[in-house]
Amino acid sequence: MRHTIAVLVKDHPGILARVASLFTRRGFNIESLAVGHTEETDISRMTIVVKGDERVLEQITKQLNKLIDVIRVKDISPNNSVERELALIKVNTNSLPARSEIIQTVDIFRANIIDVNSQIVTIETTGTEDKINALIELLRPFGLKEVVRTGKIAMSRGSVTTSGLKI
Amino acid sequence: MRLTGAQIVVECLKKEDVKVIFGIPGGVIMPLYDVLYSETSIKHILTRHEQGAAHAADGYARATGKVGVCMATSGPGATNLVTGLANAHLDSIPLVAFTGQVPTNLIGTDAFQEVDICGITLPITKNNYVVRDVKDLARIVQEAFYIARTGRPGPVLIDFPKDIQLAQTEFKYPESVSLNGYKPTFSGNVKQIKAAAQEIKSAKKPVIYAGGGVISSNASSELRDLALKTNIPVTTTLMGLGSFPETHSLSLGMLGMHGTPCANYAISDADLIIALGVRFDDRITGKLDEFALKAKIIHIDIDPAEVGKNILVDIPIIGDIKNILEKLNKYVLKKKETEWLNTIEDFKRRYPLKYIHNEELKPQYVMETISKIAKDNTIIVTSVGQHQMWAAQYYQYSEPRTFISSGGLGTMGYGFPAALGAKLGCPEKTVICISGDGSFQMNQQEIATAMNNNLAIKVIIMNNGYLGMVRQWQELFYDKRYAETTLNGNPDFVKLVEAYGGTGIRVNKKQELCPALEKALSLDKFVLIDCLIPREENVFPMVAPGSPISKMMGVE
Ligand SMILES: Cc1ncc(C[n+]2csc(CCOP(=O)(O)OP(=O)(O)O)c2C)c(N)n1
Ligand SMILES: [Mg+2]
Repeated sequence: MRHTIAVLVKDHPGILARVASLFTRRGFNIESLAVGHTEETDISRMTIVVKGDERVLEQITKQLNKLIDVIRVKDISPNNSVERELALIKVNTNSLPARSEIIQTVDIFRANIIDVNSQIVTIETTGTEDKINALIELLRPFGLKEVVRTGKIAMSRGSVTTSGLKI
Repeated sequence: MRLTGAQIVVECLKKEDVKVIFGIPGGVIMPLYDVLYSETSIKHILTRHEQGAAHAADGYARATGKVGVCMATSGPGATNLVTGLANAHLDSIPLVAFTGQVPTNLIGTDAFQEVDICGITLPITKNNYVVRDVKDLARIVQEAFYIARTGRPGPVLIDFPKDIQLAQTEFKYPESVSLNGYKPTFSGNVKQIKAAAQEIKSAKKPVIYAGGGVISSNASSELRDLALKTNIPVTTTLMGLGSFPETHSLSLGMLGMHGTPCANYAISDADLIIALGVRFDDRITGKLDEFALKAKIIHIDIDPAEVGKNILVDIPIIGDIKNILEKLNKYVLKKKETEWLNTIEDFKRRYPLKYIHNEELKPQYVMETISKIAKDNTIIVTSVGQHQMWAAQYYQYSEPRTFISSGGLGTMGYGFPAALGAKLGCPEKTVICISGDGSFQMNQQEIATAMNNNLAIKVIIMNNGYLGMVRQWQELFYDKRYAETTLNGNPDFVKLVEAYGGTGIRVNKKQELCPALEKALSLDKFVLIDCLIPREENVFPMVAPGSPISKMMGVE
């Protein structure tokens, strides 16, 4: 089972190391980790995708909560949230037919071409993980040069916030 | 008032009512030591190794219930504290450690004696800090003490660069701590407490399983009230020894790998286990899948992460044990399960702790004798090995904070410096350190600290010429192949203390023990007794690792 958890942390040096070391030490598997600032100064948000059953998730949540600089941990369940990931994909475009086929695929996926020369195009896309996976698979036959993904970020739907402080 | 960073730390220590610090100075922590030099209200104890300082602070904390404080210079001083911090972390002991650090502009350059001690101690401290701005200092020190002693206690380290020690700022001790990421739950959920009372009411074979958490929350008298009101027998972990008087008929003694048969049988047979401040460690549960299969489990603990970690729990109650037991004791009804108590009596009668009594100076006999002679409030501090288990099994503890031992980390060499710390914390009490010959040599340099400060503790060495506990495992599980467990080249421990100007007594024979103990206890100074015990005596009962705890070797 995969879970997406949102972790609000104090923006202290070392907090990333603390969280990462906790996952390694206790043998929890991180699939992806995205970190950035939030609406509050001094508070960052980590979105962590982990694998494990309910018991593992419970331990992760409890252990994270024990870290002094962790303010809040929330399991963002998929049915009630919006999730996005950003990916940059560099693809070979040696032949002209390939190029037009790539452009078509990009259009269908509502992705963007953000860099191009005679050898490559670089595509930017955001969406759910499934959508990005699907796009990558379609582009693979042309020859993937490089793929960069941010890892997922997620937010509860409606007026619910993770900090629970305000809307 | 404008003060330097070093002065601020000392002012904070005074605010936190720190009386004793253990440590060793060095290059980058000299500004702090310079301030301590003229401070009369804080005593600094110079140990001979930083590991000794950390363990002494830990022993001080366990004996008094206060936060222990140690300090060291950067680099090697800091790394020498590491074992002591890990030890305190695993046993949830409140410590604050200060380490000197190279000046902030040199951090990260591999400067002389620079190590990333915060990185190193990340997984073995409850929290740690590098002070980068003198303006944060007072807040950090206050937070460190608060974090160390509240919730589930633990060690906190403050890394203190030299330039910050010298930098000046206006000193103001914050009125209170505000940490929005740290709010330990104190009072338990009343609904859960009532549910627990209900389970206790209907249980036919209940057992209380009490651990170190009962001692750290000072809940011994509440535990006693609960047990006496409900007539539920009590077994304790190694860390919980002393939380319930072992002289009481409801006491089952210690459970687990070297526990009493009656405790292990009672747990295996129970229909309700009331687990207080424990963590279902593998040394307690044995084979987890077969642990307490018939029992419902009520687990009361301050740390939510311990509940459900190793074992599924029926009624979890998170909060301070003392606070919860006070409430629980109001909800539980008086009861007495006579049939169960008879079964327990039967276990006790049929399977007492036993050893072969003969003319030899048996370690079990040594412990029984000390138990008879020593006053009730005597503090027993042990190191790690067979002697530790004999001290746990054959001495009867009746008060909390009278048994001090390295449980979670099992640190050889812990006992002696911890005993020095305990004595400094409780000068009016008798402090006896039970050590192995191997363990003692891991921190024997602290004899100088004892002599230097007239610390009248008594060290009893259970001298078997072996790393005995490992040898026992080799005998039982490795075909008697005694790989590197023979301690050839041991010193003459009596002469060793004499070299420091202390008193040493050798006990070769059984008859010599009582006179030696009486002499040692009558002298108001440091005394070491070297007991030459039979070399290959084993600790029984024993649950082989991975076996269920009802299967004990040495029990027929
Ligand atoms: C620092 C450390 N190193 C190694 C061990 C492994 N170990 C556990 S018990 C033991 C033997 C202890 O010998 P001694 O102190 O003489 O006690 P005895 O078992 O003989 O009573 C050893 C080596 C340990 N627990 N701690
Ligand atoms: Mg030995």
